[in-house]
Amino acid sequence: MTPDSGGVNVGAVFRSEYGRAVSVLTGVLGDIDLAEDAVQAAFEIAIQRWPQDGAPPSPAGWIITTARRQAIDRIRREQKRDDKESAAQQLIEQQQPEPEEVHAVRDDRLRMFFTCCHPALAPAAQTALTLRILGGLSTAEIARSFITSEPTIAQRIVRAKAKIRDARIPFRIPDDAELPDRLDGVLRAVYLIFTEAHLATAGDEAMRDGLAAEAIRLARLLRELMPDEPEVTGLLALLLLTHARRPARLDEAGELVPLDQQDRALWDQDLIAEGHDLVRACLRRNHPGSYQIQAAIAAVHTDAPAFTETDWSQIVALHDQLAARDRSPVVALHRAIAIGERDGAVAGLAALEPLADDRTMQRYAVFHAARARLLTLLGRMAEADASYERAIGLTGNSAERRALQRRRSEGMP
Amino acid sequence: MAQYLLKMIQPVGEVPDQSVLGPVMEKLGAIQQELAAQDSWVFGGGLHQPETASMVRPGDSGPVVTDGPFAEGAEFVGGVTIIDVEDLDEALRWARRYVEATGLATEVAPFIAGMPRA
Repeated sequence: MTPDSGGVNVGAVFRSEYGRAVSVLTGVLGDIDLAEDAVQAAFEIAIQRWPQDGAPPSPAGWIITTARRQAIDRIRREQKRDDKESAAQQLIEQQQPEPEEVHAVRDDRLRMFFTCCHPALAPAAQTALTLRILGGLSTAEIARSFITSEPTIAQRIVRAKAKIRDARIPFRIPDDAELPDRLDGVLRAVYLIFTEAHLATAGDEAMRDGLAAEAIRLARLLRELMPDEPEVTGLLALLLLTHARRPARLDEAGELVPLDQQDRALWDQDLIAEGHDLVRACLRRNHPGSYQIQAAIAAVHTDAPAFTETDWSQIVALHDQLAARDRSPVVALHRAIAIGERDGAVAGLAALEPLADDRTMQRYAVFHAARARLLTLLGRMAEADASYERAIGLTGNSAERRALQRRRSEGMP
Repeated sequence: MAQYLLKMIQPVGEVPDQSVLGPVMEKLGAIQQELAAQDSWVFGGGLHQPETASMVRPGDSGPVVTDGPFAEGAEFVGGVTIIDVEDLDEALRWARRYVEATGLATEVAPFIAGMPRA
């Protein structure tokens, strides 16, 4: 795609409007593949025409209108060939030529979120499909972000779309009874995209920056579509406050810097301010949920001018709330870490102890790293060393592994 | 509307006694009536244990009948229901009802039909 055509960056319009256009067309045609083909055809026409004719006043509207015409033409051609009455054509001709009724467009993108993140699709398919359709990323871009091959991603998307079509996964916002569960699925998919970028369990870290930004863009879009859902706001706040610390996560040599050693002056204050505003907005609604509580924890961290000035009592209290609604060992682990900071290493180890038999924890690098830190603080160096070794063996991320090796060799907590 | 096959996955060999089965069958009957009332019931029934099944396979001189197949795993399809509903979400809602009534896992498979419309 040419970067500049007729004073408008077609690539940028593609990124920002692809999801909207495909969602609107899917609403009309009832078929994602047909909608994608039509929208792609419209962008191909834009690349040819805009440099000569100049860009239209509303590029997004132009794309949707053109895509609609493309779809009508295609359906007519196929109808002539098949001589079959097409339900899609009836649908398309019932529609007004200008579809830009803001509300309907919003709903279409929201419908698309619920379709792409349907629980009948595997999580890996949900994230790939969401990035492809709502994010407008190419399969090549998605493959690079997930450190996997392009055919793998392409196949994942093709299969997911086939299941949507064949099993009739609806293009619809779930009714009130199902909404909380289904929204949770959508939020989880966006969060999964972000953690893939942020934690980077394997491979090159810097490359994932774009993916984190993409997850934030999707979270912003969701909030725009569902401004009254506090968990949506909570997720966006959590992503912003986590992402704000990203500039301090790597030192000049590209090595991972743990939270207690980060140069807090590098944290992105704009993102922090926005995140804090959102957390306050959620809290006012008094409808707490996991993402809101996690965002509040991130807000407490970003409030502290130094690691040692962190309000650990508040963080433990928030972790208590989280543990009350989510009994997973990972939640219990982070609560134990917070207790260790508030009450000292002995209390922290005692809080970790009940998790030692959990099979997930035994294979979880963060658990062993937390244990190693507490044991080091207590001067139990041989045990700390063994825990560091377990953690180093378990982490799939090379930067994390080196950070742990450094701590271990320097006898640092 | 679209048709779905609900397959109830059942442990091999375990036939619960009447005191357990009775209330379950009652619940299943109620679900069937609800489905029928909205014209969504197509067909359904329970199956005998897998060793009662026979197999017909293509052979060199015509189809051959044998005993079996015997379940390879610990589970088999113990019952099927075919429903005719709006879309997967509705099919999944009915499947949940069956799972709650029987305590059995249920697979939901779509039948091939025309292209779906929103």
